[in-house]
Amino acid sequence: METLLIIVVAILGALAIGQAVRVFELSSAIKGSDDDVNVTDKDNRTQGLLLLLFLFLFFGAFAWMVIEWDSVTLPVAASLHGLEIDNLWAISMGVIVVAFLITQPLLFGFSYLFRGNKKRKAVYMEHNNKLELFWTGVPAVVLAGLILYGLTTWSGVMNPTNEQEPLVVEVYAKQFGWQARYAGGDNKLGYANVRLVEGVNTLGVDADDINSLDDVITNELHLPKDRPVLFKFRSQDVIHSAFLPHFRVQMNCVPGSKTQFQFIPNKTTAEMRNEPEVVEKVKTINEIRAAKGEDPWEFDYVLMCNKICGSAHYNMQMKVVVDTQEEFDKWMKEQKSFAELL
Amino acid sequence: MEAHAHHKETFITKYIFSQDHKMIAKQFLVTGMIMGIIGVGMSLLFRLQLAWPDKEWLILEALLGKWGTDGIMDPNIYLALVTIHGTIMVFFVLTAGLSGTFSNLLIPLQIGARDMASGFINMLSYWFFFASSVVMVSSLFVESGPAAAGWTVYPPLSALPQAMPGSGMGMTLWLVSMSLFIVSSLLGALNYIVTVLNLRTKGMSMTRLPLTIWAFFVTAILGVLSFPVLFSAALLLIFDRSFGTSFYLSDILVAGELLSNQGGSPILYQHLFWFLGHPEVYIILLPALGISSEVISTNARKPIFGYRAMVGSIMAIAFLSFIVWGHHMFVTGMNPFLGSVFTFTTLLIAIPSAVKAFNYITTLWKGNLRLTPAMLFSIGLVSTFITGGLTGLILGDSALDINVHDTYFVVAHFHIVMGLSAIFGLFAGVYHWFPKMYGRRMNKNLGYVHFWVTFIAAYGVFFPMHFLGMAGLPRRYYTNTAFPMFDDLADINVLISYFAIAGGIAQVVFIWNFFYSAVRGKKSTANPWKSNTLEWTTPVEHIHGNWPGEIPEVHRWPYDYSKPGMEEDFVPQTVPMTEKEMETGH
Ligand code: HEM
Ligand SMILES: [Cu+2]
Ligand SMILES: [Cu+2]
Repeated sequence: METLLIIVVAILGALAIGQAVRVFELSSAIKGSDDDVNVTDKDNRTQGLLLLLFLFLFFGAFAWMVIEWDSVTLPVAASLHGLEIDNLWAISMGVIVVAFLITQPLLFGFSYLFRGNKKRKAVYMEHNNKLELFWTGVPAVVLAGLILYGLTTWSGVMNPTNEQEPLVVEVYAKQFGWQARYAGGDNKLGYANVRLVEGVNTLGVDADDINSLDDVITNELHLPKDRPVLFKFRSQDVIHSAFLPHFRVQMNCVPGSKTQFQFIPNKTTAEMRNEPEVVEKVKTINEIRAAKGEDPWEFDYVLMCNKICGSAHYNMQMKVVVDTQEEFDKWMKEQKSFAELL
Repeated sequence: MEAHAHHKETFITKYIFSQDHKMIAKQFLVTGMIMGIIGVGMSLLFRLQLAWPDKEWLILEALLGKWGTDGIMDPNIYLALVTIHGTIMVFFVLTAGLSGTFSNLLIPLQIGARDMASGFINMLSYWFFFASSVVMVSSLFVESGPAAAGWTVYPPLSALPQAMPGSGMGMTLWLVSMSLFIVSSLLGALNYIVTVLNLRTKGMSMTRLPLTIWAFFVTAILGVLSFPVLFSAALLLIFDRSFGTSFYLSDILVAGELLSNQGGSPILYQHLFWFLGHPEVYIILLPALGISSEVISTNARKPIFGYRAMVGSIMAIAFLSFIVWGHHMFVTGMNPFLGSVFTFTTLLIAIPSAVKAFNYITTLWKGNLRLTPAMLFSIGLVSTFITGGLTGLILGDSALDINVHDTYFVVAHFHIVMGLSAIFGLFAGVYHWFPKMYGRRMNKNLGYVHFWVTFIAAYGVFFPMHFLGMAGLPRRYYTNTAFPMFDDLADINVLISYFAIAGGIAQVVFIWNFFYSAVRGKKSTANPWKSNTLEWTTPVEHIHGNWPGEIPEVHRWPYDYSKPGMEEDFVPQTVPMTEKEMETGH
């Protein structure tokens, strides 16, 4: 039904445009007063005004989006380095929004102010070294600041130092799902290669490697709060990307090689569910779901695939749970070790 | 140079296998427009899918056949549409359609040459492009569907037919098509470079070149240096796909089959691809910036502000564009130190870009602006160039890119800074030089309607995508419904699709205006915009060799608009310097 409606609207729209075309054609034929360059002072006035109007519309819409859609953006970071990244984000965004708010009005404002008219003549002005130096210099200085701040943050994120030994977890990607492998009591992952994949040994773990035996393979990713986690990423077939947006983590999983990323989750799932932003978001989403007759949703962290990998790329996900240490230990005890699995 | 004048021409040599740069320009333009219709049409189809994922669309079944059974789009075909859309828009519309049209039309006319250095190679360049387009379009009809691994076609996904249906025959055709395309680009670019260097008329020193020519010239150099690298990337991919090599493949178990490939690296492909890929965005953008420099100066009736700074920043951007490719690869596991280097070089590009933006804005200041449709599109270009460029500061910063890499934030960024700016530059060029191409004018009021709907719809489509990205929504997702956390984005997606449909419809106005005006438009005079550059000294009727008599001599730079002491508000480049000008030195 709605399809039909939209098609009708589209056809009507097309007809309307067709009519408008005719009217324009006729009216410009009647006027026939176009001068040589084809734009009149009146055109300049109208278009200048429209450009100014556009500026207000644009900024109005921008303000509306910032306010109205603030709630759809990701909630506060759930990891330590994520908080650093969020600070950098806020400051960089601040800088670019200011630049945006200065330059667009200049552009549209000048377009309006200096709209042409037959009696005026433009001012001849080729260049102005002082002015040019100024607007080369100012961005350069601001950028230097952003670069320094950005690089410091980056090196902090990528070369973490910790007092605590990180928990080693392998994240394994394949079309179209994820599995995790914990290093077990020795905190050492056993050797693995896709050539060894067979039957229940879906990750190709080498059973002859003694480090393998206590490894734990799971279909859900549990992490203890406040402990560094060192992720090792592998892929079985094509490139995937492990994206954990709530933790501000993203790393490609590349067949034939290993990548890694280390971070410290600092909010349990339960704590995150109580964050006011999250409570609010869940409420909105559940209203939407109720209206569609869908089951209510409870917030969970999630690992999603963020590198195009085939037909079900859009649905390649794994649930992530951040526990307290005790909860984590308890959960871990319930899991089978690789030796038991075999 | 050969003034191969006035021999008898047949229909075939005049309209089909033409060696005349003006005709070749039109061939590029019309082919580009046809590809554009296909590319934009595809985006509308997948916008239907994104906004209304469970709705049954009769039109999908009609257009997609077995891939749209019962009006529901197949996930593989979604990826194929996105891939071909991206490929067509980037390469066929905004590289060949834009550069091919305006470099061909304007280089000989604006530097005062009778034609390109080699008319024959120029013709070949078009026909390679045509063949490439035909192959790309024909890949839509193969049994297993067209290439679907994204426009960047990263292996192993693109290398293994087992990984997705699009990586079968469709991918082979994609590679064939792109190889032809690269040949076309190289032939064109070499010709442009040689022509600009050797065939300038008397008095046309490099510092008197219009900024359009500077932009086309530097673009051609970028193309010559970077396209061969893409070619090698494609060649190795062809080897891996068809001859069992392992350049990009290692340790792979796909669809239950263990492959024997060992030792290759998929990341190598990405380095090769982006070594072209980043310069490519400037290959797209620079011609648009060059066009808008010319259009803005002419219609502001003012010299372009800071000519030397403009040329300098074109060169700086071009140079830097070769050392920033790694910003597409921050999360591939690259060495963090290397990431820092790429962050540094990337953010540096902001400086020449800012200079350009400020120079455009200052050119408007105290001008006497003639707000023609071409001028409006150029102003629109400056606006999108700024808006999209600014978010580049976020994406270029490795620490921040972790958050939004491969999300809709990126889709918003590159569409605004590259897609919209370049499309606006293309439209500005068409409106401005239409009288030169067809001897007639396009309808102004239709132009206004076209501009306003396009401009508003364009921002309406892409600005909200920033918020989708900040919500963590990955790109290249067939639907967002698999994650309840994205349920609150549904309305935004619907809004975007409405704007996309409106923007699509507005292009009908343009196409109608274009073809109608080409045959029935009002006749133009020789210099309708009172412009300074040489192309407007040629007769309205096209002739082989461009000028009936001698090629005019050039005496000044192209931007003497509203010069004090002159009667008119423009002084064509062919007007000798007055004595007073000689004394003061300008
Ligand atoms: C009506 C206008 C357009 C609309 C509605 C549109 C929409 C989109 C959307 C939504 C995507 C992302 C899909 C996804 O990641 O799942 C996309 C991808 C893309 N678009 Fe557009 N687009 C338009 C015009 C353009 C233009 C002018 C360009 C020229 C640069 C362009 C180039 C691309 C590229 C390169 C991609 C990436 C393809 C890929 O992911 O492999 N698009 N487009
Ligand atoms: Cu995946
Ligand atoms: Cu780039």
